[in-house]
Amino acid sequence: MSEYIYTITKKESLADSIFLMDIKAPRVARNCYPGQFVIVKMDEKGERIPLTICDYDRENETVTIVFQAIGTSTKRMAEFNEGEAFRDFTGPLGHRSELIDMPSEELEKRKILFVAGGVGAAPVYPQVKWMKDHGYDVDCIIGARNKELIILEDRIKQCVSNLYITTDDGSYGMKGNVNDCIKELVNNQGKEYDLVIAIGPMIMMKFVCILTKELGIKTIVSMNPIMVDGTGMCGACRLTVGNEIKFACVDGPEFDGHLVNFDEAMKRAQMYRSEEGKKQLKAMEGHTHHHSGCECHEEK
Amino acid sequence: MDVLKRVPVKEQDPKVRAGNFDEVCLGYDLEEAKDEASRCIQCKNPKCVDGCPVAIDIPGFIREVEQGNIEEAFHIINKYSALPAVCGRVCPQEIQCEARCIRGIKGEPISIGKLERFVADWARENKIKPEAPMEKNGRKVAVIGAGPAGLTCAGDLAKMGYDVTIFEALHEPGGVLVYGIPEFRLPKDSVVKAEIDNVKSLGVKIETNVIIGKSITIDELMEEEGFEAVFIGSGAGLPKFMGIPGENANGVFSANEYLTRSNLMKAFDENYDTPIIAGKKVAVVGGGNVAMDAARTALRLGAKVYIIYRRSEAELPARVEEVHHAKEEGVIFKLLTNPKEILVDENGWVSGMRCVEMELGEPDESGRRRPVEKEGSDFNIELDTVIMALGTSPNPLISSTTKGLKTNNHRCIYADKETGMTSREGVFAGGDAVTGAATVILAMGAGKTAAKGIDDYLRSK
Ligand SMILES: Cc1cc2nc3c(=O)[nH]c(=O)nc-3n(C[C@H](O)[C@H](O)[C@H](O)COP(=O)(O)OP(=O)(O)OC[C@H]3O[C@@H](n4cnc5c(N)ncnc54)[C@H](O)[C@@H]3O)c2cc1C
Ligand SMILES: Cc1cc2nc3c(=O)[nH]c(=O)nc-3n(C[C@H](O)[C@H](O)[C@H](O)COP(=O)(O)OP(=O)(O)OC[C@H]3O[C@@H](n4cnc5c(N)ncnc54)[C@H](O)[C@@H]3O)c2cc1C
Ligand code: SF4
Ligand code: SF4
Ligand code: FES
Repeated sequence: MSEYIYTITKKESLADSIFLMDIKAPRVARNCYPGQFVIVKMDEKGERIPLTICDYDRENETVTIVFQAIGTSTKRMAEFNEGEAFRDFTGPLGHRSELIDMPSEELEKRKILFVAGGVGAAPVYPQVKWMKDHGYDVDCIIGARNKELIILEDRIKQCVSNLYITTDDGSYGMKGNVNDCIKELVNNQGKEYDLVIAIGPMIMMKFVCILTKELGIKTIVSMNPIMVDGTGMCGACRLTVGNEIKFACVDGPEFDGHLVNFDEAMKRAQMYRSEEGKKQLKAMEGHTHHHSGCECHEEK
Repeated sequence: MDVLKRVPVKEQDPKVRAGNFDEVCLGYDLEEAKDEASRCIQCKNPKCVDGCPVAIDIPGFIREVEQGNIEEAFHIINKYSALPAVCGRVCPQEIQCEARCIRGIKGEPISIGKLERFVADWARENKIKPEAPMEKNGRKVAVIGAGPAGLTCAGDLAKMGYDVTIFEALHEPGGVLVYGIPEFRLPKDSVVKAEIDNVKSLGVKIETNVIIGKSITIDELMEEEGFEAVFIGSGAGLPKFMGIPGENANGVFSANEYLTRSNLMKAFDENYDTPIIAGKKVAVVGGGNVAMDAARTALRLGAKVYIIYRRSEAELPARVEEVHHAKEEGVIFKLLTNPKEILVDENGWVSGMRCVEMELGEPDESGRRRPVEKEGSDFNIELDTVIMALGTSPNPLISSTTKGLKTNNHRCIYADKETGMTSREGVFAGGDAVTGAATVILAMGAGKTAAKGIDDYLRSK
């Protein structure tokens, strides 16, 4: 048994390198809502990794996270198994989805389309589930590169009136990206939406926003910039929204997508990619790398 | 021995220490401490005590040091301060206790801070713990934030018999002591952790990873978890930016981010996962302790470092000792200089900074001479990293989720000076959350005041 308290009560592989975990975290489970996120620190040496809350069970006091093993930290996280535990699991962080605070008269009138790209299906799921539980009808698009990367399809299907699937390579559902699907629905199938909630890679959210702006549909996005503390203390997560600087962790993570400066956000998201690579290199080469004067220590 | 002169304290050689994160000041040994203590004239009316925000019995503990009774000296200090090893290192002694020392009129004041540090370090090495608390009274008090204010308030309440739980947002207790002030000034494991363990040994529970206002609210703590009073010691952690062009470029950080990566996340140690962009040519904007800490951290990570400050040396708000250390280590001071724009390359990374020279004009409301731009004096510095150390303000998370909590227009929480009580009955506050960014010892003083305020309030309830 681990000395840590945030136990993994369930682990499931959803797709190649995408994992779902239920974590025992009473304080988070009791108070979290769709739209919020947590920060996981695996152990003493781990970094603080922000992950959206995908589901929660208030009675069993567990919180569900879904993550893609893409870099050093998330790959290391994927090696944890049921019964093991994380050192830290903080949350809920950020604001809950604004749908939850909308008056019901207004929600009833709204025609909402959710757009999930890749792992973005994870944060979309609790929102459509909440809408279903409260009796509202919504539509949803899930898009991914190929069939293998479509996740949570069955769970989302049970919560929405219409579910559309698109894959880049056409291996499942419609061939094309989520924008092709939105255009098809609005232009050819006569669908009318007045609110889009798009969650996925920044590049996808950027292009969805360009399209919905043309179509005149208000769009909410969930931003996932680099974070450290997640409590408003470091400013690493700052974004330009409209003409203002916002901290995604405390002012977001959801924002009006038509106001977000995506180009800046995407550049900022790259900031540690090369550093991280260098760390890995160092880890492989060991301490031979660690003396002053070594150029590779100093480059940007 | 010349009684007018201090016993000098050993320090790591500047050239060596500029390349490591080990502590700069090595402290006194027993003989040195006794010699320094013997310089104290044991004033009947000790002015030094008036200069200490928690009024430590300074002549009292120094007398014990002189006689070699270090354990006794420790218990004297502990009546007033729960974090002596910390304060002995980071208090601005030169403007507090030592500024008032009678010895200082003719010669050099007694090194009170260094003696305090010696006593605390000796006690830790000899496993001396603070005296055990009195009997528990079973009444529950919640403390928000495990910084100096929260730790002091919790420690004092535990000594009075209360059942105290501290809720801390981060994964480690300590506040700025763990995430802000660097290892080379305040060792984390040996000093900070040990003093926090002393607070725990009084029976204080610390629950990390709990963000009040998100994980649970103050109202819920009082209504559902049975806490009869709450102390807010949540600090002033929200960093400011300048609002100049280029500030969101890659390579621009708040000092809080840079220092948090290095200190709390230990990014300087390659065995830890968190990355940090060290930079080759770094500018730190600001002139306070935070700026000095960021500059000296960047230096240790291998960079050439500039401090950019818009007033002159005399106005630098940082401690004299820190400025002196930074200079010794090779930090370059560009004073009377103000940034106008951060220059950005085609990939979105910092490439430099356009600055303007300043001169001092008429005094402003604060009494300091106001810096004004020298027309046409713009110049560029080539850089790859910029660190903004412009000050911080309280985070609105708690004030915006607690009913009836009065704040001022700087978002500081209102608290009564005598009792520490806020505009909400049973809710107290102190430290940076109330004053805005200040000092460790003032935060501790506020924690002490509030502990007494809470005790009085609960007794009369
Ligand atoms: C609010 C929020 C919610 C998120 N929700 C999810 C989710 O539900 N599922 C999921 O798979 N991912 C989610 N992410 C992204 C996830 O945090 C990153 O994928 C992860 O931090 C990458 O770490 P890595 O070391 O494995 O990857 P690498 O690509 O190797 O990362 C390199 C470095 O860049 C930094 N970094 C890169 N991208 C991010 C990022 N987006 N956020 C923080 N740091 C980053 C880290 O410091 C890391 O050390 C979310 C991010 C945020 C901010
Ligand atoms: C880099 C740096 C160098 C400094 N150098 C010196 C120095 O040399 N000498 C000196 O005297 N002072 C120095 N200071 C100032 C000094 O550290 C602060 O004034 C002091 O720490 C304030 O103490 P505090 O307890 O009020 O707040 P903090 O130390 O800020 O602690 C507040 C704690 O509350 C937690 N918290 C915040 N919000 C919540 C929430 N909602 N729920 C739960 N927990 C929460 C935070 O995570 C933090 O741990 C320095 C500050 C910095 C940043
Ligand atoms: S706590 Fe600070 S001000 Fe008080 S005696 Fe110690 S060093 Fe001096
Ligand atoms: S004022 Fe100076 S000399 Fe007098 S008691 Fe205090 S430390 Fe000693
Ligand atoms: S993550 Fe540090 S302020 Fe948002």
